[in-house]
Amino acid sequence: MAGTGTAHLRSASDALLRVENLVVEFPVGRTGLKVNAVSGISLDVLRGETLGLVGESGCGKSTTGRAIMQLPRPTSGSVMFEGKELTSMGGDTMREARTRMQMIFQDPISSLNPRRKVRDIVMEPLTIWGRGSKSQRNDQVDRVLDEVGIDPQRAAESQPHQFSGGQCQRISIARSLVLDPSMIICDEPVSALDVSVQAQVLNLLEDLKQRYGLTLVFIAHDLAVVKNISDRVAVMYLGKICEVAGSDELYRAPAHHYTNVLLSSIPVPDPSVAVKRHPIEGEPPSPVFPPSGCRFNTRCPAAQERCSAEEPLLREIGDGHFVACHYPVHGGDAPVTVRSSSN
Amino acid sequence: MSNVSQAASRDITDPLLELTDVKTHFRTARGLVRAVDGVTFNLDRGKALGIVGESGSGKTILSRSIMGLLPPKGAVRSGSIKFEGREIGNLGRKQMRHIWGKEMAMIFQDPMTSLNPLMKIGQQIAEPLKIHLGMDKTSAMATAEKLLQDVRIPEAHRRLAQYPHELSGGMRQRVMIAIALACGPTALFADEPTTALDVTVQAQILDLLNEQRKDRNMSLILVTHDLGVVAGHTDDIAVMYGGQLVEMAPTRVLFANMKMPYTEALMQSIPKIEDPSHTRLTAIGGRPPDLVHPPKGCRFAPRCPYVREKCENEMPQLQQSDLPGHFFRCWYPVGSPEYFESKERNAAKAMASAAPTEVPVSIGEAR
Repeated sequence: MAGTGTAHLRSASDALLRVENLVVEFPVGRTGLKVNAVSGISLDVLRGETLGLVGESGCGKSTTGRAIMQLPRPTSGSVMFEGKELTSMGGDTMREARTRMQMIFQDPISSLNPRRKVRDIVMEPLTIWGRGSKSQRNDQVDRVLDEVGIDPQRAAESQPHQFSGGQCQRISIARSLVLDPSMIICDEPVSALDVSVQAQVLNLLEDLKQRYGLTLVFIAHDLAVVKNISDRVAVMYLGKICEVAGSDELYRAPAHHYTNVLLSSIPVPDPSVAVKRHPIEGEPPSPVFPPSGCRFNTRCPAAQERCSAEEPLLREIGDGHFVACHYPVHGGDAPVTVRSSSN
Repeated sequence: MSNVSQAASRDITDPLLELTDVKTHFRTARGLVRAVDGVTFNLDRGKALGIVGESGSGKTILSRSIMGLLPPKGAVRSGSIKFEGREIGNLGRKQMRHIWGKEMAMIFQDPMTSLNPLMKIGQQIAEPLKIHLGMDKTSAMATAEKLLQDVRIPEAHRRLAQYPHELSGGMRQRVMIAIALACGPTALFADEPTTALDVTVQAQILDLLNEQRKDRNMSLILVTHDLGVVAGHTDDIAVMYGGQLVEMAPTRVLFANMKMPYTEALMQSIPKIEDPSHTRLTAIGGRPPDLVHPPKGCRFAPRCPYVREKCENEMPQLQQSDLPGHFFRCWYPVGSPEYFESKERNAAKAMASAAPTEVPVSIGEAR
């Protein structure tokens, strides 16, 4: 996997967000070692598109989401959002840019201030940015709360603990929407919720996306959830991208051995389905000492000598289907094309 | 070892565990919380049972009630729990200590906090061996190493001297399983054993649990919210809702022939990997019942798409379907004439209400 490369990027003029060679490293104490959380990934998201980022814990998917928000700023690489480079922006301009891109988090209860009234929590971004008159602000908050299915009257009287987990996630969504952003980064927004509530929140996100023309980056470890909501999916492993494809295409014909393993590990809620396992031993290696070559080579069922020596680049094996593997499950004879990333 | 002789006098085909009208209520400032409200079932030796439900359904409290792991204050228990023919529902912690480890063991959701961070792995596995089986230090350590090999931890000998923080989440859950298996229990309770783990590791752990169950002819009780997890790894499934058992059946029967609208709704709300992307999910509106003031009739009635007047007023009892071992709690089960009638009625209603302005999805969640 794990490849680097920008072959999968589309024309820069169509993309709302374009990330190139993003690197995020964290120092390990004073040892001089570093955690290679994200090691040179490139992504783009078109306006109105939903990009799913999947991978196991520690693969760098959340770090990627945060680095896009410049929280913290990446070690190197470029993040273009609405045609502006974020990595070189100063503090004040960056704060302003963040009104156009919002984030919602996994734990809806701890991401809301427990001591404040829910309506004030949703109102705050408008107050900070001094948007509109007082009555316009009130109208906007009521509208957004209504939109996510929270009674504005109750929100004015209640604190977060008086709502359920699913409702708190709706409140977080309302707060992220209130400034009318063009993009929302959702970091595991439904993994703390029960399945019945999870379906409500996923349906809500789909509806809001249509209504507001939102662009979503949806980070999750649950492959079925990601498939349901995404137009395009990028699979990550140990700080690199393995495979990028349209949602249906990726699940129909996974080309990377890691994607294959992930898909076959999902428990199927149907006992009559014979389990076809691509067994995988062990657990991901440490991002402090990542393997050489393809980062998946130490666990890959199809690894050969070349895999530990040479890092595979992302290359196109089908329409919009890219894989970073020397010996993919299919499409192995497609040539490696390096498309210029400048346009 | 009085219970060994007692067990010997029992037939091997007798159920290992018999629950009759088990209730666990908690006294709180708000009133009595009916966390588990009358659960009856039997579990055979060597079988795997999945207990499925959403948070607050009572699945964890039920397994803790059987294990005798309830908080000492505030819990009100009634009903009968028989383990190998012996009543254990009324035993205190002191008496349960003889059963824990040797006859029943439990593994928990969070492998990060379930181990003692200050004790080496080897000591933690050897401890129950020394206490319950009276082993000396050398043989306990040797057995501990053997157990680590059984749960497929590489370099078992070296691991004995490591601390929990040196191990990954998946490895720690394997250590928890090794500790639980140490004294050869006849029943193993696993409460969301893989929820904190990655999907590839989850598959490994579930396979390991099942393999150990078969090797040791041990019963496994898998408590989870994930129908996918239980589908491939259990013989029977019990679905809980609002503190009650609402459906119970052999796994294949349940998935092929579910009778309870809640089970159906739960299945439909899961995003399926086979469905094309952007498939609209069938969400269950509303939220689980308040167990201080549970609904008078069927507890699922306020959220049930097929609800009728009778459902709101009379609580249905668990009844058997025409298939062996299949029980459900519903007046108008999936497949009945009333079910189809309600379904058509709902479809007509949805058509009519979809015409004017679109309303956000939440039905009833915002009270």
